[in-house]
Amino acid sequence: MQGALFDYLLRQGDTALILGHRLSEWCGVAPALEEDIAMANTALDLIGQTQMWLGYAAEVDGQGRTADDLAFRRDVWDFRNLLLVEQTNGDFGKTVMRQFLFDAFDVANLTALQGSTDPRIAEIAAKSVKEAQYHLERSRETVIALGDGTAQSNARMQAALDLLWSFTGEMFAMDDVDHTLAQDGTVPDLAQLQPGWTRTVNAVFTEAMLTPPESSHAQLGGKTGARHSEHLGHMLATMQFLPRAYPDARW
Amino acid sequence: MVTDATTMSRASVAQIWEWLDAVPDPEIPVISVVDLGIVRDVTWHGDVLQVAMTPTYSGCPATSVIAMDIETALRDHGIDRITIQTKLAPAWTTDWLSDKGRAQLEKYGIAPPRAAGGPGHCPHCRSADVERISQFGSTPCKAQWRCRSCLEPFDYFKCI
Repeated sequence: MQGALFDYLLRQGDTALILGHRLSEWCGVAPALEEDIAMANTALDLIGQTQMWLGYAAEVDGQGRTADDLAFRRDVWDFRNLLLVEQTNGDFGKTVMRQFLFDAFDVANLTALQGSTDPRIAEIAAKSVKEAQYHLERSRETVIALGDGTAQSNARMQAALDLLWSFTGEMFAMDDVDHTLAQDGTVPDLAQLQPGWTRTVNAVFTEAMLTPPESSHAQLGGKTGARHSEHLGHMLATMQFLPRAYPDARW
Repeated sequence: MVTDATTMSRASVAQIWEWLDAVPDPEIPVISVVDLGIVRDVTWHGDVLQVAMTPTYSGCPATSVIAMDIETALRDHGIDRITIQTKLAPAWTTDWLSDKGRAQLEKYGIAPPRAAGGPGHCPHCRSADVERISQFGSTPCKAQWRCRSCLEPFDYFKCI
């Protein structure tokens, strides 16, 4: 049970951390100042949420590690984030599409987690969902603006959707960790969140003149750690460089 | 000011709230940390003062600075034994901003939060003809708006 809880908290924390870091890669180079600021702020929220999830994970682990230790001193095979969030930023359209697919899931998942039988999880979820709602509002509007924009912006958004679609199934795939924790109401049954998510994203795709692929094939292996994409290692090399090269560095 | 250490360590809770109301928010210095609603509780446990704080946004970099500022202010008033406790629940909401804080924000040029989800009027010229530029702004708690009358951009303290 403790093992499952630790794994689950890593999944929540790592997903927020990796997406937060990906978004921070846009800082200073986004196509418009407002978008630059929005992505940096979203990244900041996600890193803040990471501290809460990994902070709790470190306590459950009970080996004297901190949230920072978990973030900076594990290698690719120990990360438990969703494959979706480690995908490269690509163009602005791909970043926005990745964000929207995740935000729609994040809001549904955090809303359900507010009712967790684990009070700490319920607290973190209640705090995070308020932020996630603003993230979803923006990514939803931007997907519509770009999808229903010019021929070029529509084509780029459709290409992003086609590319990222196979990574969405992992958000709802239940494994032993999820089943164990769902039994006593610590976490929701992810499969039950899928119909609502599908309705949310489909309504937006209709408005955005986009067509989701028909294939339901899901790329798996991120949250179990079995198979990350090559991109994660490159990202960690950048993200973890400083604390690994200078382990005594302090703020 | 009384300087006797024993008297100070037993400063009344009301007095401590008053001291904390003089600690400015590091990013919006016209409002205090008490106006912002992030100081949730002040209690004496023997001779140790416990201050419960809650973060505004989970990633707000000001949170750790605020904790330090609170501790420094209380030490300046002679309280040596202080523990700062972070409290996540109930999650911070803009409903906790004081009326004094709201008025100060407006005077400073930041439109205060409103249940309607947007500012009532431009904090510069008071025109109601305003439009949203972006739901995200210069700090996690603010959105960017623009006045269509005086054409000035301004910050709106968004509801959460």
